[in-house]
Amino acid sequence: MKKTMMLILAAVLTLALAACGKNSGGSAEGGDQSSANTNSELTGSILATGSSALQPLVEEASKTFMDKNKGITVQVQGGGSGTGLTQVAGGQADIGNSDVFASEKLDAAQAKDLVDHQVAVVGMAAVVNPKVNIDNLTKQQLVDIFTGKVTNWKELGGPDQKIQIVNRPASSGTRATFEKYALGMKTEDLQGSIQEDSSGTVKKLIAETPGAIGYLALSYIDDSVKAVKYEGVAPTEDNVANGTYPIWAYEHMYTKGEPKPEVKAFLDYMTSDEVQNGAVKDLGYIPVSKMQVVRDVDGNIKKK
Amino acid sequence: MARSTERQQAKPHLVEEWVGRIYTFLCILLLIVTIFSMVYFVASKGLSTFFVNKVNIADFFTGVKWSPDGVPPLFGALPFIFGSFSTSILAALIAAPMGICASLFMVEIAPKFGRKYLQPVIELLAGIPSVVYGFVGLSVIVPFFRNVFPGQGLGIAAGSVVLAVMILPTITTITTDALAALPSGLKEGSYALGSTRWQTIYRIVLPTTLPALLTGVVLGIARAFGEALAVQMVIGNAPHIPHSLFESTSTLTSAITLSMGNTAMGSAQNNALWTLALILLLMTFVFVFIVRWLERRSKI
Amino acid sequence: MKAKTADKIATAAIVVVAGLIIAILVGMLGFILVRGLGHISFHFLTSAPETIRKGGGIGPQLFNSLFLLVLTMVITIPLGLGAGIYMSEYAKPNKLTDFIRLVVEVLSSFPSIVVGLFGLLVIVNLFGFGFSLFSGALALTVFNLPLMVRITEQGLKSVPREQKEASLALGISKWKTITSVMLPYALPVILTGTILAAGRVFGEAAALLFTAGMSSPRLDFTDWNPLSPVSPLNPFRPAETLAVHIWKVNSEGLAPDASEIAAGASAVLIITVLLFNLAARWLGRLVYRKFTATK
Repeated sequence: MKKTMMLILAAVLTLALAACGKNSGGSAEGGDQSSANTNSELTGSILATGSSALQPLVEEASKTFMDKNKGITVQVQGGGSGTGLTQVAGGQADIGNSDVFASEKLDAAQAKDLVDHQVAVVGMAAVVNPKVNIDNLTKQQLVDIFTGKVTNWKELGGPDQKIQIVNRPASSGTRATFEKYALGMKTEDLQGSIQEDSSGTVKKLIAETPGAIGYLALSYIDDSVKAVKYEGVAPTEDNVANGTYPIWAYEHMYTKGEPKPEVKAFLDYMTSDEVQNGAVKDLGYIPVSKMQVVRDVDGNIKKK
Repeated sequence: MARSTERQQAKPHLVEEWVGRIYTFLCILLLIVTIFSMVYFVASKGLSTFFVNKVNIADFFTGVKWSPDGVPPLFGALPFIFGSFSTSILAALIAAPMGICASLFMVEIAPKFGRKYLQPVIELLAGIPSVVYGFVGLSVIVPFFRNVFPGQGLGIAAGSVVLAVMILPTITTITTDALAALPSGLKEGSYALGSTRWQTIYRIVLPTTLPALLTGVVLGIARAFGEALAVQMVIGNAPHIPHSLFESTSTLTSAITLSMGNTAMGSAQNNALWTLALILLLMTFVFVFIVRWLERRSKI
Repeated sequence: MKAKTADKIATAAIVVVAGLIIAILVGMLGFILVRGLGHISFHFLTSAPETIRKGGGIGPQLFNSLFLLVLTMVITIPLGLGAGIYMSEYAKPNKLTDFIRLVVEVLSSFPSIVVGLFGLLVIVNLFGFGFSLFSGALALTVFNLPLMVRITEQGLKSVPREQKEASLALGISKWKTITSVMLPYALPVILTGTILAAGRVFGEAAALLFTAGMSSPRLDFTDWNPLSPVSPLNPFRPAETLAVHIWKVNSEGLAPDASEIAAGASAVLIITVLLFNLAARWLGRLVYRKFTATK
C-alpha cells in the first residue's frame, strides 16, 4: 500500500517536472524565431480587462504581439464589460474591453474621459433548436416571442411545440445589442425564461431543449443549433459588412485619455491587417476595415 | 552573584515567551480585523442601494419584480430570497435523511465496513469541486428532469438535487461525530432491556442526539445557501418566483455571479447586487447563531 | 415479533441508503473519469491552452493551481498555527474568547462568493494588487484560516495533560513547551487536517473568479526569477486555476474540443483531490508512527 502511493507521488512529480521542461523548450524556440524581427525598444506591461466575449481575441493577439515586442507584457482579463469599464475609468487597468459603448454603462462624467478604439465587429443571430422547422423570423415575430405574446411555435407556422426562451441577464452586453438592433425595444424577463450569461451554456441549452430560442454571436454557431434569417436576410459576414443585416455590435477597447506609447503600440497592432485578417477572422469576428457602414452610439447608420 | 546569572538566563526565556504571546495574539487580531472589514465593506456597498440610490427597503425585500434597467428601475429581490431559501431547504430535506442513515450505518450497523469504505467515500464527495458538480448536474440531472417531468429541467428541483449531494458530507460528518460521542451505557441499557436495534435507535439514540443532528442540517443549509457556481448552472436564472419545481428561477448567489461582472461598480444595479451579497453575509450570522443555540441545548 | 420485523425493515432501509450514497459517488466519479480519462495525455497535461484550435492543454492551469495552493499555505499555516495556539493555550475563558470563537465560526462559513467579492473590492481594487495570484491567495486565506485555527486547536487539545505539565514542571517556559513538546505531538492531527483543507483550496472557483482572474499570461518556464512578469513564480501575475479554467471552457470555450477539455480537466482535478486525500491519510499515519511508539 505504502509503496504504490510512493509510486503515484513519484509519477506526479515526474510529470510536473516534465511539464516545466517541455514548456520551456517550446517557448525558447519561439523566442529565437521572433527575436529576428524585434522592432521596438518599448517596455512595460499592459493590463486589458473586461468583456469575456472579446477576451479570446485580445488574448490571441497579445500572444503574437508579445513575441514581437519582447519588452512588453500584455495581461488580458475577463470579468465582464462592466468590470472592464470601471477598472479603466478608475485607473486600475490600461485598457477596458467592452461589448457596448461606455456611455451605456457608465455615467456621463466617467465616460467622457474614455477614448474608444473599435477593434472588431461581432454579428449575432437568433438561433433555435434544430428540430424547430422555422428558417426566418421577422422583427415583429421576434418581439412577440421575447415579450411572451407568442408562446407556441404553431402560431408562427412551426410545429406544435411550446417556445422556450433562453435569454441573457439584463446586464449583458449581448442582450443589449440584440434588443436594440433586432427587437428595437427593451424586454422584460419572462416567467419561466432561462437566463445564462455564457455563450457555451446558451448553446448547450438551445441544442438540448425542445422548442428553444435564443441568440448567439456568429462565432459560437455550429451544427448543434440552427441560426434563423432576420427579415429574410441570412446572418452572414457579408450581409453584416454591407449593412443589410442589422444585428451586430462593435467590440470596444477603451483607454483613459490618450494611451501610453506601449498601449498605443498594442492598439495599433490590434487594428493592423495582421490581426484584422488573422485572429479576428479566425475567431469569427468581422474586421472593422471590412465594414461598409459605420454606426454611432445612438444606432444611426452611415455609409462609409 | 548566583542570583544575577539566574536572571540573565531567565531573560531570553521571558523575551521568547512574550514574543510568542504577542505573535499569537496578532494572528487572532488579524482574524477579527478581517471579519470587521468584510462586514464594513460589504455593508457600505450594500446599504448604498438604500441611501444613495434611494431604493425603498420594504420594496427591496417584498418586491417581486427585478428589472434594474427598466424605466423606472425596479429592485424587488424577493424572488432571489425565495429561490435561495427554497433550494437550500429542499436540498437539506433530501440530504438530511440520507446523511443520518449513512451515519447510523457507520456507527450502529456496520462500524468496520462503514469506517473503511463509506467514510472515505463521503470525504471524497466533500473534495469534489463545485464546478464539477454543476457540470454533472447540467449534463445528467437537467436532461433527466427535462425528459421525465414537464418543464425545462432547470429549476429548484435540479438545483436542490445537486446541492443535496454537495451538502451530504457536511451533514454526515457532523451527525456521525454526534452518534459516536453518545455514551455507550445508554445504548447498552436499552439493549439489556430487550430492545431491538431499531427501537434503540428510534427511542434512545435519535432523541438524545437530536440537537446535534439538527446542527448538521443547519450547517448543511448554510453551505447550500452560499453555493454559487453549481447552482447557477442548473437553476435557469429567471428573476421570478416559479410556479413549479421545474421552472427556471434564481437564487441570491446566482444573481450575483450572473451580473456582477457586467455592471459598472457604483451604478445602482451594481449596488443592488452588493445588497444581495449583504443579505448572504447576514444570513451566515443567522445560521451561526442557530447552530450555537442548538449546541447549547445539546450540552444540557 | 413485530418489533423484530420493524428492526429488519429499518436496517434494510439504512443499508440501502448507504449503498445509494456509494452508488452516487461511484456514478459521479465514473461519469467524470470515463468522459475525461480518454483525453488525458502527456501533451494535455503539459501544453498551453488554445483559444480556437484543437489540442489545447492545461499545463499552465495545473501549475497555477499548485502554486496558488503553496502560496495560500505559506500565508495560512503560520497565521493559523499562531491563532490556534492562542485559542487553545493563552485565551482565558471570558467574553472576549467567546467572541473570537464566534468570529472564527462565522468566518469559516462565509459563502465563498462573498469572500470573492470582498477580495475584488479590497484586495484587488483598494490595495491595488490587481487580479493576481497573491490576491487569490489572500482571498483563499480568509476561509482557510478559520479551518486551520480549528485544526490546530484540536491538535493541541489532543496532547495529554501529563506531557504538558511535566514540561512546565521542568521549568520550561510556556512558549517553549508549546513549540517543542506539544506541537510535535499534535503534528499528525494538524498535518492531516491541513492537507484535507488544501484539497478544498484546489477546487475553489467562485472566489477566484473575482480575485485571481480568468487569464493566464504566457509563462516562460525557463525564467525562475520571481520578479520577472513572465516568470511562473511571480506571485503578482494573474493566473487561472484549473477549476476556473473548467468554468471558463464550459461557458465561453471556442475551441472545437472544448467539451473534451472540460471533461479531461475535471478528471485531472478529481484525481488530484483523490491524491490529496490519500496523501493526508498516509502522511498522518507515517508521522504518527514516527512521533509515538516506534521511536
